[in-house]
Amino acid sequence: MGNASTSDGFVAFDRVQKSYDGETLVVKDLNLSIAKGEFMTMLGPSGSGKTTCLMMLAGFETATSGEISLDGRPINSVPPHKRGIGMVFQNYALFPHMTVGENLSFPLEVRGMGKSEREKKVKRALDMVQMGKFAGRRPAQLSGGQQQRIALARSLVFEPDLVLMDEPLGALDKNLRERMQYEIKHIHNNLGVTVVYVTHDQTEALTMSDNVAVFDDGIIQQLAPPDVLYEKPDNAFVAAFIGENNTLRGKVDGVNGTTCTVRLDDGSEVKALKVNVAGDGVRTTLSLRPERVVLGEEAASMPNRFEAEVLELIYLGDHIRVRMNVCGDDEFIVKVPNNKGGRDMKVGQKAPVGWAIEDCRALDPS
Amino acid sequence: MAMPAYYTTKDKVWHYTFRVICFAIFFFLLAPILIMIPLSFNAAPFFTFTREMLTLQPEGFSLRWYQDFLSSESWMRSIRNSFIIGIAATLLSTTLGTLAALGLSKSEMPAKGLIMGILISPMIVPLIISAAGMFFFFSSIKIAQTYLGVVLAHAALGTPFVVITVTATLVGFDHSLTRAAANLGASPTRTFFKITMPLILPGVISGALFAFITSFDEIVVVLFVAGVEQRTIPREMWSGIREDISPTILAVATILVLISVALLTVVELLRRRGERLRGMTPG
Repeated sequence: MGNASTSDGFVAFDRVQKSYDGETLVVKDLNLSIAKGEFMTMLGPSGSGKTTCLMMLAGFETATSGEISLDGRPINSVPPHKRGIGMVFQNYALFPHMTVGENLSFPLEVRGMGKSEREKKVKRALDMVQMGKFAGRRPAQLSGGQQQRIALARSLVFEPDLVLMDEPLGALDKNLRERMQYEIKHIHNNLGVTVVYVTHDQTEALTMSDNVAVFDDGIIQQLAPPDVLYEKPDNAFVAAFIGENNTLRGKVDGVNGTTCTVRLDDGSEVKALKVNVAGDGVRTTLSLRPERVVLGEEAASMPNRFEAEVLELIYLGDHIRVRMNVCGDDEFIVKVPNNKGGRDMKVGQKAPVGWAIEDCRALDPS
Repeated sequence: MAMPAYYTTKDKVWHYTFRVICFAIFFFLLAPILIMIPLSFNAAPFFTFTREMLTLQPEGFSLRWYQDFLSSESWMRSIRNSFIIGIAATLLSTTLGTLAALGLSKSEMPAKGLIMGILISPMIVPLIISAAGMFFFFSSIKIAQTYLGVVLAHAALGTPFVVITVTATLVGFDHSLTRAAANLGASPTRTFFKITMPLILPGVISGALFAFITSFDEIVVVLFVAGVEQRTIPREMWSGIREDISPTILAVATILVLISVALLTVVELLRRRGERLRGMTPG
């Protein structure tokens, strides 16, 4: 929960701030520690400061204040070419005047490695991304997905301990993107390299990461493993940003240990888990995942029960998304499995809905 | 090119008129240059076509002016001077112009417009004014009538071409490539020679050729700044016309035209190569 303690990680940001114009902070008081071998994803909307953090780590931007350290060594004053960090760029940044082999050989040449050793490493790196046959091609002769693999191989060929990836899959189509997600994940597992991955795609973040740092407004909103992030969001921003989410708004009306009672704006009462609310009388946002809502007769056994009206049915193959009116909210989504009960639903039909206290989280007002 | 079927009579008339106008413009531009070439083979010491030439009799033609040119010590010295000064000025303006263009392409560079304006001012300020200014300045620092003076003056005139062509090439340059090189461990110097330079080379070479041609056919500055020792080909032609009116200058002019055509062909080929390379930039 929250920010991990710094100074003991392989990569550590210690009270890092960044401002481009000297007035507005793009990154505000960042504390982040990344363990060796970890796959850490920085997730957030554009302008949230995640790419700036990556650029500071790579050395292309300097921190306005605070300290960044790598393997216990402060790197604020180390120029990018002496950091020894691999990086996959958003547009791949392959050198167009060099062949694929020369692109991969470049970081090894820079390190003064002999020819035979270079060739061996280049071949191994290309084989790793299944591009062994393409060493003689120019980048322009490759498809986007192939260029992406070469960029990945080039970032790993000099065996860095840390690899940064700046939305590397952004330009690929959906199928290829999913395949590459698994490949990157497998390479990470096999090599044990530490990866810092920047993306605005939450599915990508959930699929690949050990830990996800959700950025918004220059602040890490929550740092947690994917399952915790999805199931136990700390605040309304994370709940809305990760996955699909039903929000109900109201006022806290009684706290009882870890749970609380919330009076919604239409007057109905909901029992929820007290997560991020101060106490009686404050406004709150209730977050509830669509797949945790029970529809039909089973709802009778739930502590929260309401009568709902079906407004819209969207057929999605494996399940049906049902948009309903619940407690005055027209945008309430319930996911119903595609079975007999699901198929029999009709627009305009009334049905009971219900949910458990622990699935309904009372968060900050948004 | 076939005319579209929907053309009216008016359109058709314009279609042909347009071609006539284009042809007239080309004729106007090229005739004075092309007419020199046959005249340079004149057997008689005139600047006009003789009866023998017009009737295509072999005795009307000769290579005597080419011989005259090649055996003249002052012409040979002027050729040597033109190449020495041209090459030195080109090296200087290419180096300085490329560095300036690289600096001006950086986003953090302040007062870009002002610096660019100053750098390309030699192209805009009337040459006679630059020349007069250089004459007084170079005289006072004692480099008037020296090779150094002429080379510096021509370097100043050639730099704008390099700045402009290299800046144009850098517009299409993907700056994440230099970041990638740094990330892979290359020092800024290595990055420049291995990544930046090969990719902007077409622009650099185009600029260098323009700078060379500028120096090669420049006369105003040479008149002011150069002494007898530094006479270049244009300067020698100038005296040739004023002092001893001899068709030798027609032979020289023909040779110069051929050199210019060769250089411009190289520029064009490089430009095409540059476009191909830029098309290869991924993303």
